[in-house]
Amino acid sequence: MKFAVIVFPGSNCDVDMFHAIKDELGEQVEYVWHDTESLEEFDGILLPGGFSYGDYLRTGAIARFSNVMKEVIKAAEAGKPILGVCNGFQILLEAGLLPGAMRRNASLSFICKPVELNVENNETMFTAEYSKGETIVIPVAHGEGNYYCDEETLAKLKDNNQIVFTYNQNPNGSLADIAGITNEKGNVLGMMPHPERAVDELLGGADGLKLFQSIVKAWREAHVVNA
Amino acid sequence: MYKVKVYVTLRESVLDPQGKAVTNSMHSLNYKEVADVRIGKYMELTIEKSERDINEVVEEICLNILANPVIEDYRYEVEECVTQ
Repeated sequence: MKFAVIVFPGSNCDVDMFHAIKDELGEQVEYVWHDTESLEEFDGILLPGGFSYGDYLRTGAIARFSNVMKEVIKAAEAGKPILGVCNGFQILLEAGLLPGAMRRNASLSFICKPVELNVENNETMFTAEYSKGETIVIPVAHGEGNYYCDEETLAKLKDNNQIVFTYNQNPNGSLADIAGITNEKGNVLGMMPHPERAVDELLGGADGLKLFQSIVKAWREAHVVNA
Repeated sequence: MYKVKVYVTLRESVLDPQGKAVTNSMHSLNYKEVADVRIGKYMELTIEKSERDINEVVEEICLNILANPVIEDYRYEVEECVTQ
């Protein structure tokens, strides 16, 4: 399986993401610059964390207008797995690929620490390797992870099982303890915690690895004969 | 030429953590009469005249980029200015 790590000016978790895929997962991965015209050769798209375009105006607001985002939207429509982590999640929200928006953390401080997450839905292409209700530890590092959407949208997220991860102890004030959601179709996941920073016991934990393994397994089952 | 002043604030229904912190600090300075503070952004745009209606152009810009309608409201003032 071949992954693209999209690099915007100001991305800073791109190398972690690349390392997770190449060294821990053993799959193919390439850095892709934000003005790239095509993502056709890739099977999965990863939007890493950071401060794209300095987070000017709003987090993810400027990145959304970069060339590559048209291709990311195309890939999403084609059903390819798209994972946005932290700033990547914020970009997916601004681009309208996921519903809702981010506010500043309720505490107004930047929070950087490992947190416990509940796996609310393990029937997605991103979480099949986890068990339902499993508690995993993944680090967060953000100043704006306070997820918000209106009541109608929240009801829809719940009805469609789009809330994939919730915080065990909400660090940022996000609505309904939301840490990660998918789109309706289930092939776009946005999450504030950084699974790519938890792929090796040397890094303090490897609970994020199953997320990437889930993506690869789902892809193999769909694309490789006799997988 | 037009000078356009755009104000973007969080919607009434959305809690503004910054505004809340500033309200609290005003209370601790004994300004008990301050009921609420909402913090927003102020932007000045200079826009050249075109065939399109200026209000239509500004409305589009606000909706597409300057504000995120999921959480923010916007309003603007358009002022025509004479170029020297």
